Amino acid sequence: MKMIEAIVKPFKLDEVKDALLEIGVQGMTVTEVKGFGRQKGHKETYRGQEYTIEFVPKVKIEVAVQDSQVQRVLDTITRTAKTGSIGDGKIFVRDLAMAVRIRTGETGDTAL
Amino acid sequence: MKQLYRLMTAMLPVLACLALMAGTTEGLAQEVGAPAASAPVAAAPEAPAAAPAPPKIDTGDTTWVLVSTALVLAMTAPGLALFYGGMVRGKNALGTIMQSFIILCLISVQWVLWGYSLAFGPDKGHVIGGLEWLGLNGVGLEPNADYAATIPHQAFMIFQMMFAVITPALITGAFAERMKFSSFLVFTLLWSTLIYDPLAHWVWAVGGWVRNMGALDFAGGTVVHISSGASALACAIVLRKRLGYGKEHMVPHNLPMTVLGASLLWFGWFGFNAGSAVASGALATSAFVVTHVATATAALAWMAVEWIYRGKPTVLGAASGAVAGLVAITPASGFVGPMPAVIIGLVAGVLCYLAVLWKAKCGYDDALDVVGIHGVGGIWGALATGLFASKAINAAGADGLFYGNPAQFGIQAMTVLISVGFAFVGTFVILKLVGTMMPLCVKEEEERMGLDLSQHDERAYS
Repeated sequence: MKMIEAIVKPFKLDEVKDALLEIGVQGMTVTEVKGFGRQKGHKETYRGQEYTIEFVPKVKIEVAVQDSQVQRVLDTITRTAKTGSIGDGKIFVRDLAMAVRIRTGETGDTAL
Repeated sequence: MKQLYRLMTAMLPVLACLALMAGTTEGLAQEVGAPAASAPVAAAPEAPAAAPAPPKIDTGDTTWVLVSTALVLAMTAPGLALFYGGMVRGKNALGTIMQSFIILCLISVQWVLWGYSLAFGPDKGHVIGGLEWLGLNGVGLEPNADYAATIPHQAFMIFQMMFAVITPALITGAFAERMKFSSFLVFTLLWSTLIYDPLAHWVWAVGGWVRNMGALDFAGGTVVHISSGASALACAIVLRKRLGYGKEHMVPHNLPMTVLGASLLWFGWFGFNAGSAVASGALATSAFVVTHVATATAALAWMAVEWIYRGKPTVLGAASGAVAGLVAITPASGFVGPMPAVIIGLVAGVLCYLAVLWKAKCGYDDALDVVGIHGVGGIWGALATGLFASKAINAAGADGLFYGNPAQFGIQAMTVLISVGFAFVGTFVILKLVGTMMPLCVKEEEERMGLDLSQHDERAYS
């Protein structure tokens, strides 16, 4: 099992979600986050004073998947979240040791 | 216990004044009783009115002044409260709104108890009003021909009250986000009594020495705007800067609120300027028109210069420009025509924008730009009155430089120096004095927490 964390542009969330549902992903967790990468921040101006806002709002999508699904999920997110301009985000994949479905107590792949 | 003691000492001046008033209530009672006693006499057939007829109250004038009073009230709360409230950080929103709101209450009472008497009471040596009108003793419902011959004296009094209210409220922008609430109350009461009331007397009261110089200030450019701007500078210098000033981001937390406030200021300013005609008619209309024209021009001017200089037209810029235009047209509003109003607004928008940029270079923390907008805009307005005033607009006024009377410009410049000097030095001394009795600013920890929680135990947003 893998945990896939994708940091994407907020307005891309719906598109990514729909595409993931289509390829059979059963659920996801979404969080509003802030951060920066190479895009750095953006500029705001109040009464002539410029402020650089370093932390840009993004959305983090967390999806837990079986090993066999990983590549498809990565491809789908990369395809749908892409605008081609700087600031499109990143995807991180990490090993997932255990998953439990609380209602039934099932564990492992069947719990996903 | 200690707090109770502090509260008691804070109440002392109020109690003292109430005691003083007790002495005058006898006179008040007589005053109120008098018309009732004379009514049956007037009804008796053998008593035709021998005394000269009292000045006649004009219902149109009275209506306009009372409506204007309510309009000027709306400038302080909600106008200024929202304008400033939106520009601070979220943790200080309530604290900032509270300052404007409570000044409305505090100075209303001060004005009735002693403020109006000091400002407009019978002249003493051209510098201050006498104490004859303490507690509005003798300020009745019959007109006072010295100030407004066609409306009840109390209508003039309460119209002027709203000016006394908004002036210290304007200053709160300078010490926003850091002044201790109790110190702010003491400062405000002292400032109104020692700075505003004398200055209003000098410029507006019969016998006031600045008025005798021939200075033109239709609706309060010097008394309200230059005085609050110069006092704001003193506040920014005496009070410490906000923690993290220049390092942390201190961006407005709710600009829609600020724009709503600016729009309400604009709305209320029709009462401020057009109401200052203290009559409903041609002069009020002229002041109404030029107020609007200058404001719209100034908003466009600020937006344009910012767009050219920084690349984007900001909403806060447009709102700030509108306020700068309102400030600048104030002293001129009863003396100039629409085209000079366009020029006054144009210059105000550009000049105040540059003043606000310049502040950042100077390094003093005038949090909400009272100096740049009210100080600089007010000075420009007072000088512009000396340039563009015309007797064709107001026969009771004077001609300015461009209408063949350069002396008027000199008088206006003198007025600027007098009001800047008096307000700046006076405020500086008052702050130093209050500072010896109590801390002016909140503690570091309280400031980090925000005024809402540290001063009021409340949150604006939960």
